[in-house]
Amino acid sequence: MSLHKEPHPDLPPPMTSVGVIGWLRKNLFSSAPNTVLTLIVAYLIYISAVPLVQWALIDADWVGDSRDACTGGGACWVFVSVRFDQFMYGFYPESEYWRVNLAFGLLVALMVPLFLERFQRKGWLSAFILFIYPFIAYTLFYGGSLGLKEVETSLWGGLMLTLVLSGVGIVASLPIGIVLALGRRSSMPIVKAASVVFIEFWRGVPLITVLFMASVMLPLFLPEGTHFDKLLRAMIGIVLFQSAYMAEVVRGGLQAIPKGQYEAANALGLSYWKTMGLIILPQALKLVIPGIVNTFIALFKDTTLVLIIGLFDLLAMIQTAFTDPKWLGFSIEGYVFAALVFWVFCFGMSRYSQSLERKLHTGHAR
Amino acid sequence: MKKFLATTSAIAICAVISTTAFAGATLESVKKKGFLQCGVSTGLPGFSSADDKGKWTGLDVDTCRAVAAAVFGDAGKVKYSPLTAKERFTALQSGEVDLLVRNTTWTLTRDSSLGLNFAGVNYYDGQGFLVTKDLGVKSALELDGASFCIQAGTTTELNLADYFRANKMTYTPITFDKSDETVKAFEAGRCDALTSDQSQLYSLRIQLKDPSSAMVLPEVISKEPLGPVVRQGDDEWLNIVKWVLFAALNAEEYGVSSKNVDKMAASSKDPNVRRLLGQEGIKGKGLGLSDTWAANVVKQVGNYGEMFERNVGQDSPLKISRGLNALWSKGGIQYAPPIR
Repeated sequence: MSLHKEPHPDLPPPMTSVGVIGWLRKNLFSSAPNTVLTLIVAYLIYISAVPLVQWALIDADWVGDSRDACTGGGACWVFVSVRFDQFMYGFYPESEYWRVNLAFGLLVALMVPLFLERFQRKGWLSAFILFIYPFIAYTLFYGGSLGLKEVETSLWGGLMLTLVLSGVGIVASLPIGIVLALGRRSSMPIVKAASVVFIEFWRGVPLITVLFMASVMLPLFLPEGTHFDKLLRAMIGIVLFQSAYMAEVVRGGLQAIPKGQYEAANALGLSYWKTMGLIILPQALKLVIPGIVNTFIALFKDTTLVLIIGLFDLLAMIQTAFTDPKWLGFSIEGYVFAALVFWVFCFGMSRYSQSLERKLHTGHAR
Repeated sequence: MKKFLATTSAIAICAVISTTAFAGATLESVKKKGFLQCGVSTGLPGFSSADDKGKWTGLDVDTCRAVAAAVFGDAGKVKYSPLTAKERFTALQSGEVDLLVRNTTWTLTRDSSLGLNFAGVNYYDGQGFLVTKDLGVKSALELDGASFCIQAGTTTELNLADYFRANKMTYTPITFDKSDETVKAFEAGRCDALTSDQSQLYSLRIQLKDPSSAMVLPEVISKEPLGPVVRQGDDEWLNIVKWVLFAALNAEEYGVSSKNVDKMAASSKDPNVRRLLGQEGIKGKGLGLSDTWAANVVKQVGNYGEMFERNVGQDSPLKISRGLNALWSKGGIQYAPPIR
């Protein structure tokens, strides 16, 4: 008789608790209600996804150049492909597309080093992007100098206009918002009152009203013959509106910083601006990254409201394409395309904010 | 909010009207700029829409081009301001546009209280009915008891109610928010007939899976004369726009088209044609334009019939029949005073 010295090797876990089956049992069919819910959801996915895939991919028509090419009975993506350039650039002259491409390409190229850990001069580069780049972009877009043909803002449109509006809104509203937030928490009565009035006024009116006032009412009050660019009016409206929201987001961050931080900075003899710039704002802004990005995403989507004042952003451009007598009746394809483009940008912004939060995370979670 | 806006805009518009005088200024400023700034719709099939190259086309767009052809001798010298319905009158008032051709209905209120003048009618529209051919109806008077797909919140609803009450008939309205939804519901058979402005019915019909299965009934139950609008107080400019429309109509009446205009100018003995094309008579003097202003309109944009057929008529996907917009001599009501 021999004695087992070694422990018997473990039996493999039962088939039903590992692998795919195990995961399914544990997560989807663990109890009767859970099983019922799983089946209901699976059924809902089935009845909605199958026709969608059938329409958008299987029965869809992709190539051609007129509505006669759409014979499959599904989505007619020909409509989007024929109009693609217009959806991207609006009425911008085709021979000048390279200027738009160059401006956005340059921006991307300038942004890349900001994401690299090794790159040392981030401050200078950011300053360049914030203060010098806008002039370069404006020169490229508008032209009229350096031998570039002038392209009026009324010809700008499509995704390009959406990006210009939201880009200007984002870049300008953050600093103005920070200043307003500091102003609102200032002990100087006039500065404080001015900030409060500004913020509450602009937060109290809907953006659609601001745009409407800027485009319809303002020209009536200006002297006859003065023409104030419509795009510029809309941009100013968006920036003022957005900075009021941004101010409140930043104020939330400022209020979350413990009083001890302010007192410590004072004890070190730091001036007001140094206290804010070196101690308070870096912590406060880090705290409110989700709020800031949230505001940016809302702004990006809000830019579509400019269609009520006859500016052709991506959505307005798509809606205009619906009215071409040659392409009547393709609104679903157009809206699906618009939704997809907006989703890609908003999802990108949201992912970036999450990675930024992780990178700046310094340990003391609140 | 709406009321507030309405009140403030009314006040603002009044302020503008009382402080500015435009007499004779528009033609001068248009000539100085070198182009005509024309307000059009942001998109209405057949009237103004951008094609896939970004070029604006349509009946309203052609009206702008015709005015440019008369003023500059070049129909290409137009810049378009696409305007929403709310913006259109302000844009004209504030001088942002020189001319508004944006399927605008001529009504007493607009003509008298907004500081505007209507220069004529480039399209007689009116509310009509779209029915499926299967229904076997030939006239709207046979629609007693029918159900109607209507777009909510438009005067369409009121016109329909008036028409049925006047004819002592009953109907069931089914209202929708958007024109897309309305046409989808009609296609799905949720109503017997669809009602909207006639020019719209044709573009809605194209959106049906089988456009030939539906037809537009001959009845028109409301008056919607659409026309170009200018600022009040500049009669010289009003005359130019008005007579450009008349010239296009007269050209059709006398058989002058973009194809034969050069030949007609050289050889026609008809005094009407000769006066139209600037060979004799008053020529361009009264309007302050060149002698060949009307010839330029016809040559570069076409006569009214050509504009109509190209944009909304048989040569377009919309295939709207002339109806009221035929010349007075051909059963319609388009009538232009003589050029002499």
